[in-house]
Amino acid sequence: MTVEQRGFGVGASLRRKEDARFLHGRGRFVGDITRPGMLEVAFLRSPIAHARLLGVTKPQGAEKRVFTLADLPGIGTIRANSALPGFRVSEQPALAKDRLRHVGEAIAACVAGSRAAAEDLAAACVLDYEALPAVHDMLQAPLPDQPLIHDHWTMNAFLETRRNDDVSGLDAVAAAKVTRTLRTSRQCMAPLEGRGVLAEWDPRLEQMIVTTSTQMPHVTKTGLADCLGLDEGQVRIVSPDVGGGFGYKGILLPEEIVCASLAIRLGRPVRWLEDRFEHLSASANCREHHYVITAWADKAGKLLGVECEATVDAGAYSSYPFGACLEAAQVGSILPGPYVLPLLRCHTISACTNKPPILPYRGVARTGVCYAMETTLDALARKLDITAEAIRLANLVPPDAMPYRNLVGKVFDSGDYPEALRRAVAAFDLDAIRARQAAGEAVGFGLATFCEQGAHGTSVYHAWGIPFVPGFEQAQARLSPDGVLELRVGVHSHGQGMETTLAQVANEILGVHPDKVRVVHGDTALTPYSTGTWGSRAMVMAGGAVAEACRQLAGRVAAIGAALMQVSVAEVEVADGKVRRRDSDVFVTIADVARTWYRAPQNLPPGVDKGGLEITAGYRPDPDTGTHSYACHAAVARVDVRTGAVVLEDYVIVEDGGKLVNPMIVDGQVMGGLAQGIGTALYEEMPYDRDGQPLAATLADYLLPGTTDVPDVRLEHMETLSPWTTFGQKGIGESGAIGPPGAIVNAINDALARLGAEVFDLPASPSRVLAAIHAAKGGVR
Amino acid sequence: MKPAAFAYARPLDWSEALQLVASGARPAAGTQSLGPLLNLRLAQPDMLADLRHLPDYAGVTVTGDAIRIGAGTTHAAIEDGAVPGRTGAIMAGVARRIAYRPVRNRGTIGGSLAHADPAADWVAVMPALGATAIALGPRGERRIALDGFVTGIFETALASDELLRAVEVPVLPDAVGWGHWKFCRKIGEFSKVTACVLAVPGAAPRAVLAALDGPPRVIADASALMADTEAEATRIVSGFPELDDWRRAVAQTALMQAVAAASQP
Repeated sequence: MTVEQRGFGVGASLRRKEDARFLHGRGRFVGDITRPGMLEVAFLRSPIAHARLLGVTKPQGAEKRVFTLADLPGIGTIRANSALPGFRVSEQPALAKDRLRHVGEAIAACVAGSRAAAEDLAAACVLDYEALPAVHDMLQAPLPDQPLIHDHWTMNAFLETRRNDDVSGLDAVAAAKVTRTLRTSRQCMAPLEGRGVLAEWDPRLEQMIVTTSTQMPHVTKTGLADCLGLDEGQVRIVSPDVGGGFGYKGILLPEEIVCASLAIRLGRPVRWLEDRFEHLSASANCREHHYVITAWADKAGKLLGVECEATVDAGAYSSYPFGACLEAAQVGSILPGPYVLPLLRCHTISACTNKPPILPYRGVARTGVCYAMETTLDALARKLDITAEAIRLANLVPPDAMPYRNLVGKVFDSGDYPEALRRAVAAFDLDAIRARQAAGEAVGFGLATFCEQGAHGTSVYHAWGIPFVPGFEQAQARLSPDGVLELRVGVHSHGQGMETTLAQVANEILGVHPDKVRVVHGDTALTPYSTGTWGSRAMVMAGGAVAEACRQLAGRVAAIGAALMQVSVAEVEVADGKVRRRDSDVFVTIADVARTWYRAPQNLPPGVDKGGLEITAGYRPDPDTGTHSYACHAAVARVDVRTGAVVLEDYVIVEDGGKLVNPMIVDGQVMGGLAQGIGTALYEEMPYDRDGQPLAATLADYLLPGTTDVPDVRLEHMETLSPWTTFGQKGIGESGAIGPPGAIVNAINDALARLGAEVFDLPASPSRVLAAIHAAKGGVR
Repeated sequence: MKPAAFAYARPLDWSEALQLVASGARPAAGTQSLGPLLNLRLAQPDMLADLRHLPDYAGVTVTGDAIRIGAGTTHAAIEDGAVPGRTGAIMAGVARRIAYRPVRNRGTIGGSLAHADPAADWVAVMPALGATAIALGPRGERRIALDGFVTGIFETALASDELLRAVEVPVLPDAVGWGHWKFCRKIGEFSKVTACVLAVPGAAPRAVLAALDGPPRVIADASALMADTEAEATRIVSGFPELDDWRRAVAQTALMQAVAAASQP
């Protein structure tokens, strides 16, 4: 459908309604919330990666303020099982039972009046354990000589998957073949606000109220009820302002279970706030991939096939709800990227190691897969002596093939992928870059093209074997007596600007001014069930559900309005916040309708629609295989060949997110993603030593990009509507974080091509870049 | 990340401060390094002696050819021109690149030197400028050349009952050549390698290579480095076999860049 652009509706770059409170420091996060009599919790955590836990000696006199698993009987273990055949089940206890499986694993909860006093208790506990050899390397982990992390398993792997296309004939016919071994580092998601939990038992409602920093409150409710042995009516999750989610706040935390259990046991509210040391040392939980990838192409650069052996370091446990295999399962299905690929042979392993359990970080597996595919494509182009642009144009799915079903069954809904590439390249003076190269300067140009499946629904998640499957998204639209429209949604907004964009959707349908629209989210007691905010789904799913609820509400409002004007429903329409007669200027406002319905019903005829002015509607796109936004990232990087330091000189993103509900907010999303992608590309790395110890436990060692490290990106939008969604919108929230490693390392490799040097591992730190230069000088590759 | 409990003392005169230190109190200045150590519980002193309220703790006085900088003078004050002349201009340029302004607003030159983090900027720059530490102990003031003041990682020549009271730097002529080059992964991060070169007309040039996980390496007569820079830089960094290849390569670059800057008219 086509949507015309108007003042406050879909497509308007409306300033964010939520910014007034954030910019004035009036946001309300878990750390801002206290309760009378509240106790603070500090966790005693494992100092060792792998050990048999023999016992905990509590500080003398404080035995009743330190809780181990044995002190909290009845709480369940976290289980997130994949339905895929061959999956090995891990049981993650809320507190370690008899085994320690990663540094930072919670062992005991220490409770005191202040966090400092609780930390004193934790420091005074004495641990008795028998160290076991740590499994720190995902490539070695599955080998038969490695100690088993879960005793009943046969190897340290959650799952292997295979796709067995026959690529054996390609050597004979290909004009070029390249093989690359690539690695991406383990990262922390590092949201500005860490996790935080405040649990209190309400004896009147017999309800556990957990205020927690989560992006998926309803899923947390389900998981928590299960682990506590409560029914779901006895658990209410409140998620107040959340300072960045990125996937880290999409899981059920052991700490949430423990805090809730303590609150019941102690009869007092208890709170735990994750600090930065805990986050860095106990939650390095994303992005660590290893690829051995081979690609064959004809002389025009057209891909003939790809073979890939991918390993993902999934850590020690399968976390709830996404599980340990989401990354690797995606590797197999997203390797073809935006390209026409005839053959794919792929073996993936979700390796189990003594590290924190892997979680899906913004972009999930796509960031690593895009890096592997895009750097491999450039290697092919160099071998064929064609440009990076040419090899991509030779392979991108053409617009006239849309909707396009690729070899792994993904259906791309719409778009002009080659045009995005052409526009990105046209944004640069490539001749000037080539001239600088000819003059000996180590400057380079790099590209990455990709598409991003978002808002994928029931069919996709069912096929991936993920332990929860999203269905219809629900939203509630309700009018107050004064005409204020309240939208209640089960997704959570924590940077996405949904308090604004969902109001724009309502405005689009009903014409109610966004100032008169309140978006209520982050409380399971107030909102309809939803799987939450993840997978670039909220604007498609909640946006579609809000539109549907508003449409149904418009029907009710029209009926009442028509009755007030004493005409038939067929003679009126709802627009601009009014019910208007089609044939004249006569109208009543939606506020008039609401006031009459609630406060002066005597003015309505007895036969008027009795359904009322609160609508809960469900929505799912059809088909629900997901929208595909896509982008071309292009970078210019300059390398200091003496130190290996890289400077990003310029960065362009051409992006197509379908109909942009609020283009300004999309710009912000893409820029934020870019900053995180630059972190992956150049800075962020949690190294582990042979004993499984994390080596970057403060932000002095774990480098995040700062404002001066993110260039002024030039953003360009295309708007190809998705044929399957309400307004043609596509999921785009993760996109910015996907392309940067591929584009930036391709730019670095272009800069180093004259030296014969190439970077393989992320981040492309100065030492790695310089090592690549030295290796090329020494003739060693 | 909350500190273990400690007592807090705020001495108002130097003798009281010395008594507190002698009894085991940990001196605290801007706490920009000590604060995180306390929070991480890597430092667990029984008592902190907050030096910031001592008389003449901060401030700059010029006497003849020497500039005396109170230990409590902040990096920000130096950045903003508290130290006069050519010496002050050099120091302002260094101060401007210490961490971030909020850190510079509280962090002090004396605290940084006494803390003796090998990667700290003044640890590298003060020996190059030929500075002298003024230590105060039970027996009065003692002068310690900055060349040799930092003796190891977080170790100095200060005795356990001494406090760093001031730093004295020479009034440098306008014509000195100065080079200062450091490698930081990001703006504001700790240096991975720092090199400084000071060339005073009529005197032997002096160089310092620092931030290499140990005390700064002072090259009292850097004439050879000035004359045959690349070969001499290669020779100097080969004396650090414990460093990895990258660090040595950057160290060599640092020396060459500092020499180049100091050689400019």
